[in-house]
Amino acid sequence: MAAITPDNHGLRLFVRYLVLSLIALIFVFPLVFMAVSSFKPTAQLLSDTSSLRAFLPVGDLSFNNYADAFRRAPVGLFVFNSVLITGTTVLLSLLICSLAGFSFAFLRWKGRDVVLSIIIATLIIPFETIAIPLLLQVSKLPWIGLQGLEWGWLNTYRVQIIPWIADGLTIFLFVQYFKGLPGELIEASRVEGASWWQIYYRVVMPLSGPVVATAAILKFLIMYNQYLWPLIVVQQESYRPVMVGLGYFFQLNVVWGEVMAYLTLITVPVLAFYLFLQRAFIASIASTGVKG
Amino acid sequence: MKLMKHLAGVMIASTCLCAPALAQTELTMWYHGAGNEVESRIINQIISDFNASQSDWQVSLESFPQGSYNDSIVAAALAGNLPDIVDVDGPIMPNWAWAGYLQPLPIDESEFADFLPGTKGVWEGKLYSIGLWDAAVALYARQSTLDDLGLRTPTLDNPWSGEEFIAALDAAKASGKFEYALDLGMNDQGEWYPYAFSPFLQSFGGDIVDRSTYQTAEGALNGDAALAFGEWWQSLFTGGYAPGTSEDPADQETGFIDGRFAFQWNGNWRAVATMEAVDDVVFLPAPDFGAGNKIGAGSWQFGVSASSDHPEGAAEFIKFATQDKYLAAFSDAIGLIPSTPSAAEMTENYKDGGPLAVFYDLSEAQALVRPVTPGYVVQSKIFTKAMADIANGADVADTLDAAVDEIDADIQSNDGYGH
Repeated sequence: MAAITPDNHGLRLFVRYLVLSLIALIFVFPLVFMAVSSFKPTAQLLSDTSSLRAFLPVGDLSFNNYADAFRRAPVGLFVFNSVLITGTTVLLSLLICSLAGFSFAFLRWKGRDVVLSIIIATLIIPFETIAIPLLLQVSKLPWIGLQGLEWGWLNTYRVQIIPWIADGLTIFLFVQYFKGLPGELIEASRVEGASWWQIYYRVVMPLSGPVVATAAILKFLIMYNQYLWPLIVVQQESYRPVMVGLGYFFQLNVVWGEVMAYLTLITVPVLAFYLFLQRAFIASIASTGVKG
Repeated sequence: MKLMKHLAGVMIASTCLCAPALAQTELTMWYHGAGNEVESRIINQIISDFNASQSDWQVSLESFPQGSYNDSIVAAALAGNLPDIVDVDGPIMPNWAWAGYLQPLPIDESEFADFLPGTKGVWEGKLYSIGLWDAAVALYARQSTLDDLGLRTPTLDNPWSGEEFIAALDAAKASGKFEYALDLGMNDQGEWYPYAFSPFLQSFGGDIVDRSTYQTAEGALNGDAALAFGEWWQSLFTGGYAPGTSEDPADQETGFIDGRFAFQWNGNWRAVATMEAVDDVVFLPAPDFGAGNKIGAGSWQFGVSASSDHPEGAAEFIKFATQDKYLAAFSDAIGLIPSTPSAAEMTENYKDGGPLAVFYDLSEAQALVRPVTPGYVVQSKIFTKAMADIANGADVADTLDAAVDEIDADIQSNDGYGH
């Protein structure tokens, strides 16, 4: 391999950035296509797909697709439902899974390793295999609400939230991260007389920003992209999330402009959430080696 | 005291006025048309009219996206959460009846005597569902293309033979004017494949399954007629007449209209848009490959769930919804074929001399419902895969034999599906 010299350093940098830029463009193209297409009439959108015009904001551009998308489906309701379900699940998941991770990482109790092994083993079980048993279970569960005792969780927000709060991956992420924290910190806190609860929220969690961000983003994506579960447990439009709502746009004659407008609209919360936590997410990957 | 008397009077009066509404029993209904503004408007109008027309029943509607509707029904059936009235796709109906999701319609079949055959969902001799419309497929062409290529215009009584059809494709290909001779909509590998393409197989003399017993596909899907069909089917792609499974999805919407295809095998739901764009479009009957010319039939229909506590109310609604004026309203709005001749006469497109009347005739003369068996939900997927594989160059005999084995294994594992 040739040595790096002042003569070729600039050239190497140029080539490196060129390659990286090309790779970045490949990943950005679908998003650009989606956003640009959302402003085009369907006929133009389809004819543009055979050329680079597909990625350019040219031709007859308007917000008509957005107006039509809102007319075809209650887009605002679907986005609200998804944000509510996703946000609640992410928050509860961070709390419950971090507590579980804390217990596995720092507390000594009988059967701890076996339980952790079982939880990690659940990672290899596809959700599709337990969807039907879980459906039968939640359809008969009791709930005490404002109307007193009710039976069955179908057509509610809770049926889309509670089964997803705890999961093996999130617990595993927290366990791994917590084990990497300096043990001296925990020991010193114990010597100072801190309770385990105090150690959890005063010592460990303030140091866990990167893993919290990683777990939040991964859980956010899983929840926001939910399709099969809400499809089988929700029959009322008022509880439907965005991915089930996408089906409203696939009629016999698909209006692709509206599809692109809807997809653009529902992508905004995901991008905003990711950009908000981007720095912590990258720090977490760099520090734990976990690939999202 | 006077005020108290006045209030009591108002309360009694309001109670009396509200009594009919309070007495109405709620019926729940699920429909596949979420996101379809036109269908939603009409179905809501029917429900509104029904609720106002009598004092016993109050129908409430929940709409689902069509693509996921069947999965929602199956999940709800498992959870014991089905509504009173369901919407069911014709070929799926036997499966839902066999699985116990549906009960026979508590309506005398004679009420639907003049309905098109494809709109009646019959399983084990009992009527389970009834449709407000049917759909039909035709060969779209331009009259000018037929004239330029010197082709005879086929009719229902005198359709093209298989040889004439291939000769027409050859002529289109040789003219050099078209990207492809024929658009089959090959990208849509869902129910379109068995709906649109199994009639070709049936016209050759084969079928997806042996309809005499519904216990095997042996001989039907891999006999001589099926093999001849398979070879012909593959030749459409190897001969360059039609694009294969990677066809652009946009072709079905714009390919024929833009003049890139000489012919298009398409449903009547795209007929109105095509007529608006192509002045001299003609809708030709399916070719006859030896065993008669066939097209698919059976669309969405109404049925009563097996768990309904009020089947008599559900039946009242279905009878109300199948009045000619509603059949005509649906047809005018979405272009599909009304179920009865009297409703057809009330429509813009299907009345005598109407621009789409030919589709009513096609449906009446050529329609053959897909295999009436609970196993069809599996068989349709196996058939679709086989057709795609053959189009992609797989050996015809091996592919059809494998499909037969798969279908037979499924029938056996389900104890013959109750036939």
